[in-house]
Amino acid sequence: MPTTAPPLADATASDSALRRFLHGLPGVDTVGLEARAAALGTRSIKTTAKAYAIDLAISMIDLTTLEGADTPGKVRALAAKAVNPDPLDRTTPRTAAVCVYPDMAATAVAALAGSGVKVASVATAFPAGRAAPAVKLADVRDAVAAGADEIDMVIDRGAFLSGRYLKVYEEIVAVKAECGQARLKVIFETGELSTYDNIRRASWLGMLAGADFIKTSTGKVATNATPANTLLMLEAVRDFREQTGVQVGVKPAGGIRTTKDAIKFLVLVNETAGEDWLDNHWFRFGASSLLNDLLMQRQKLSTGRYSGPDYVTVD
Amino acid sequence: MSDGRLSVFKTYKLYVGGKFPRSESGRVYEVTDPKGKWLANVPQSSRKDARDAVVAARKAFGDWSGATAYNRGQILYRIAEMLEGRREQFVREVADAEGLSKSKAAAVVDAAIDRWVWYAGWTDKIGQVVGGANPVAGPFFNLSTPEPTGVVAVLAPQGSSLLGLVSVLAPVIATGNTAVVVASADAPLPALSLGEVLATSDLPGGVVNILSGRTAELAAPLASHQDVNGIDLTGAAGDAELAKELEAAAAENLKRVLRPSVSRHRPEKEAKDAARPQAVDGSDWSADPGTHRLTAFLETKTVWHPTGALGASGSSY
Amino acid sequence: MASAFEYAPAPESRSVVDIAPSYGLFIDGEFTEAADGKVFKTLSPSTEEVLSEVARAGAEDVDRAVKAARKAFEKWSALPGSERAKYLFRIARIIQERSRELAVLETLDNGKPIRETRDADLPLVAAHFFYYAGWADKLDHAGYGANPRPLGVAGQIIPWNFPLLMLAWKIAPALATGNTVVLKPAETTPLSALFFADVCRQAGLPKGVVNILTGYGDAGSALVTHPDVNKVAFTGSTAVGKAIARQIAGTDKRATLELGGKGANIVFDDAPVDQAVEGIVTGIFFNQGQVCCAGSRLLVQESVHDEVLHALKRRLTTLRLGDPLDKNTDIGAINSAEQLARITALVETGEAEGAERWSAPCELPSTGYWFAPTLFTGVTQAHTVARDEIFGPVLSVLTFRTPDEAVAKANNSQYGLSAGIWTEKGSRILAVANKLRAGVVWANTFNKFDPTSPFGGYKESGYGREGGRHGLEAYLDV
Repeated sequence: MPTTAPPLADATASDSALRRFLHGLPGVDTVGLEARAAALGTRSIKTTAKAYAIDLAISMIDLTTLEGADTPGKVRALAAKAVNPDPLDRTTPRTAAVCVYPDMAATAVAALAGSGVKVASVATAFPAGRAAPAVKLADVRDAVAAGADEIDMVIDRGAFLSGRYLKVYEEIVAVKAECGQARLKVIFETGELSTYDNIRRASWLGMLAGADFIKTSTGKVATNATPANTLLMLEAVRDFREQTGVQVGVKPAGGIRTTKDAIKFLVLVNETAGEDWLDNHWFRFGASSLLNDLLMQRQKLSTGRYSGPDYVTVD
Repeated sequence: MSDGRLSVFKTYKLYVGGKFPRSESGRVYEVTDPKGKWLANVPQSSRKDARDAVVAARKAFGDWSGATAYNRGQILYRIAEMLEGRREQFVREVADAEGLSKSKAAAVVDAAIDRWVWYAGWTDKIGQVVGGANPVAGPFFNLSTPEPTGVVAVLAPQGSSLLGLVSVLAPVIATGNTAVVVASADAPLPALSLGEVLATSDLPGGVVNILSGRTAELAAPLASHQDVNGIDLTGAAGDAELAKELEAAAAENLKRVLRPSVSRHRPEKEAKDAARPQAVDGSDWSADPGTHRLTAFLETKTVWHPTGALGASGSSY
Repeated sequence: MASAFEYAPAPESRSVVDIAPSYGLFIDGEFTEAADGKVFKTLSPSTEEVLSEVARAGAEDVDRAVKAARKAFEKWSALPGSERAKYLFRIARIIQERSRELAVLETLDNGKPIRETRDADLPLVAAHFFYYAGWADKLDHAGYGANPRPLGVAGQIIPWNFPLLMLAWKIAPALATGNTVVLKPAETTPLSALFFADVCRQAGLPKGVVNILTGYGDAGSALVTHPDVNKVAFTGSTAVGKAIARQIAGTDKRATLELGGKGANIVFDDAPVDQAVEGIVTGIFFNQGQVCCAGSRLLVQESVHDEVLHALKRRLTTLRLGDPLDKNTDIGAINSAEQLARITALVETGEAEGAERWSAPCELPSTGYWFAPTLFTGVTQAHTVARDEIFGPVLSVLTFRTPDEAVAKANNSQYGLSAGIWTEKGSRILAVANKLRAGVVWANTFNKFDPTSPFGGYKESGYGREGGRHGLEAYLDV
């Protein structure tokens, strides 16, 4: 298990040390960041590159259902879709994972047994994270016990915004300790952190605490993943690896619905963090409707005809 | 009306929030030409319609005031393009509304189109003309820039149904305000048709909202509305008592008030206007518009920022 | 750099532009041969393919064009401003409509990436005409007194780095204020100006208001010295600018000169590093560095030198050099063999003088004129590459310790066109900007242009301003 390398060990020694470290990170100029993200969004990805990108994107999806109305039936249907996204074309890659609430994790584990598709479970009183620490940890233990391969936790945004960084850090460390073999994705809810400076600080805080992935958002607020906030997080994992040798994954979630969007994110990965992240072990999309759009575009590439929603499965 | 074909009448509707509703009151009133010939039934808007229009204008204000001046200029120019494309329709409507000959009405419509072009060019220049750096006596950068005041109620002139309307509306939105317009009570058809032009000119819904009805009935709630930031009283020019009441009501939240141009005393023109009651606007709409209608609904914001010295004291720079 | 994610070629369609095999001079609304029948070829710098053959104007043609402009001046200057405005609005709209065609044309003739012509040049061209269109009937409000009058016939000479954009910077304010023009594009990039003549035709612009003379320096010189030219507007090298200033000495001619630069891009230790790196890249590699206001000197605070250089080099390895028509190309071709030779020679001088050269690892196409993005470290004020304008994708990196030193070094140049400041501290931005002797100072950004914003240099970077309200003055008798 990766541990924080010596150069940064001091950063988490105390609340004030952590604050000094996070506030000492270079600032982010909003206009410049967004302009860079927009410029990369104009890359034109055609033919063979598009085919590669579509299959890669499908393989990176955490196919997600996080609704109060979720049932075992719904989760099983989603699992079937993850394993066999396009019944008309068995060469279609499987998605990376299925992402559910903890009480659905066991159902997902059973449905996906032997498929290679991982089970991700949200935890820590997702999406608000407003529960007692013990409750949050119990939530994680439940999910891990049910067999989840990955835990998507939310940070305490209230603590973060009020400057209690060490509290946020310690909570992540505690959750990580409960994860066992499961990989930990740390959700910042970037829409609530509001500023890019905060997103950069949260990224480093999460990585220092042992996150295996840093993830933009829950999908439950107005602003979720954007090219700019994902670009910023990709810069963070790139810089963190250069300083510590530890590679951390990135997961934009929420609001990525079209193939065009997904390809823009892959361009960001390619030209910011680099090709080491072009793999579903290091980059994921938290999405649901994205998959069908990718499948229709994939069908277009193989048949030359535009597809329609009647030619993909609706679950 | 050739070969005995029966023409299809147009139903005139309000323009609010980018949509074309009827009055919530269900009321209409009859509009005629100056000779009394029936032209159409138009919605007689109510206080509630005025309230809805203010809500729509407020909702549109953030994006419209936040748009680049260049973008607003492009859209105002697009309005001129679309109006040019419907020139014949407006010539007919203005001729009917104001009792003008076709050629005089055509000149009015042309002037109205050119007025959109005039204001399209102002969007990205007014800040350069009325703003600027201030050489304060201290180590400070100091810059004044104009900003739109917010939602502006516009009582369009009663006589000049299109040129006058454009002359009061365009400057309000050019600078980034949003508008609730009360059309000429007796000649509202060009105004309501203008809504159709605006709706197809890339102008975001709610930036301009157009109501037809009795001016006094609509002006009162607008003048006293606490979420309206300015009011142009041009449409009350013929009624000094009403104008005074509205201005007093507007004082409640210190609306920016553009008074009807009564102070510009032009005896010759007034005598001429008196003979043609519909022309009593107190303004000559064909004259050079100048900038006063642009600046009437602008706030000046001044920003201070220290510049300081480069290094420690005693620095050579 | 090979990556698993190889972008397939994504070329913009060349079929949107139809280039004729030959073009004449555009004088008095007609295309006409040069009086002496001379022609020259224009090449695509990325392939060395001949794109077209164009007439080469001589002194006689200059005289014809100036006479046509003089004749047109009387009516054009007497038009109500609102009517001149509408012509310019028409031109702006036609350029917007034909922007993809013009972008492809410009990329072919100049060698710059389609991404830039499509996303920067053409939108700015249209915006410039749109902006000055609006001034045509508002000159009374421009701060130059009531009813300011035009100067007359403007002789305008533009460079090859932004052919159509420089045309717009010249023609739009001239026409808005009531002048008529004779414009000479650079000999390596004549085509977009000739297409602009067609835009004028579509807009119904009266004959003689705009005249386009393709040709070389001799035509430019004849234009500058023509006795009936009232105003000279030149963008190009400082050497030619000085020659023009000498040529018009003792005449009534007005002049604006937009010349060379050696812009300092100053990065402080509290800069937003990732954005600063982008700004450094934009500053020197936009348009292959063939930009008079390029940030060709990077002044980086010593305490962050290694960090910034590391990030900068990493970023440069992601730049995509190649076919300018490919939508994913970041770095296109150098405009001409002559320019490539000049860049190469200066880089060799830099190495000979002991600066350390680093070039981005990228494969250069076998035909055409190419130069890999390059930077020099260990550069001091004494190095040629720190003083001379290279006008190519070559960055000289210097260091400083204090703000005073940064300003002293930035100002230590015969040029004074542009500068950049990168710091999160607002008061430092303003204090440094106050001390910089440069006409344009960008803070936490670089190479930004807007028609409302005046542009021009201090010192040997020229005089006069183009753009904005200030740009009107150069064409008004005030």
